[in-house]
Amino acid sequence: MTAVTRPDDRKRTRSRNLALLAVLAGLVVLFYVVTIVKMSGGSS
Amino acid sequence: MSDQPLVLTAHETKAAVGAVPAVADYVALLKPRVMSLVVFTGLAGMILAPQPVHPAIGLVAILCIAVAAGASGALNMWYERDVDALMARTRHRPLPAGRMAPGDALGFGVVLAVGAVTVMGLAANWPAAALLALTIAFYVFVYTIWLKRRTPQNIVIGGAAGAFPPMVGWAAASGDVTLGSISLFALIFMWTPPHFWSLALYRSDDYARAGIPMLPVVAGMRETQRQILIYALLLVPVSFGPYVAGVGGWFYAALATLLGGLFVAGAVAVWRNASERNARRLFGFSILYLFLLFAALIAERLVGGIAWR
Repeated sequence: MTAVTRPDDRKRTRSRNLALLAVLAGLVVLFYVVTIVKMSGGSS
Repeated sequence: MSDQPLVLTAHETKAAVGAVPAVADYVALLKPRVMSLVVFTGLAGMILAPQPVHPAIGLVAILCIAVAAGASGALNMWYERDVDALMARTRHRPLPAGRMAPGDALGFGVVLAVGAVTVMGLAANWPAAALLALTIAFYVFVYTIWLKRRTPQNIVIGGAAGAFPPMVGWAAASGDVTLGSISLFALIFMWTPPHFWSLALYRSDDYARAGIPMLPVVAGMRETQRQILIYALLLVPVSFGPYVAGVGGWFYAALATLLGGLFVAGAVAVWRNASERNARRLFGFSILYLFLLFAALIAERLVGGIAWR
């Protein structure tokens, strides 16, 4: 991976990392909810 | 393959060496506009399935269908980056514009595809996950890689990829494939050719430039007009499939009759005169047609469900 040096690139990398953080946090919630539903026998 | 792949070399090199793609570029890879119809028909399949699904599981299944559609779009853009650079409609996409390296798009598409199928299997059921994997594979390998650049029948056979989502939604709820879900598949499958060919009629220059053998490019306008009319006529009886299979009721059947008549009238207008106005009108109507038919099925099911209680 090349070093990120340009201000625009740094800004885009930061936005991308924040988006990835949001996706990972969403996955944590998703797996938590699915697990609770499955454990309570609520799925079909 | 196009004979002008060198157009991209400078862009690809620039993207591979320096550019950091923006979040918006990744979103663009997902083809959000295509995703909306896929999500809608997938949701319809889930609502129309005889077995109810837990709302949370249903939401996750719809999310998986949306992500799988996005993954298919990303893999399609990765493979088609050379021809995308040649068409006015697609040359500003992240890859041909040089804002993203091809490997980034490929990795993004593969991760999303594998993730969507896995989560569908874990959250809903594995038959739905298998259908979702088949949908992605059909779109990427059969349509994009195999058919699109080889035959004017590309969208006839490849249209199956766009017809799978209601079956996936149905399977996510019920875990099976039945006549009901197949009737929804058949409706979209038969609707796809006249829908795409009406677009291709006024975009044929773009397709010709990119070397994609769409029907107007290979067989001419007249043959395309004829094929649109034939498929519109075939669509009418197929649109009664959900009624016959017990998925839709009399309201759906009445709407299918009315809208089918209007679809054929639009196809006749294009057959008589393939002006851009007529073709655009039929293209626009075809989207409304599918939306209204699925909305009618959903409305009947929801109203019927309330009435029974």
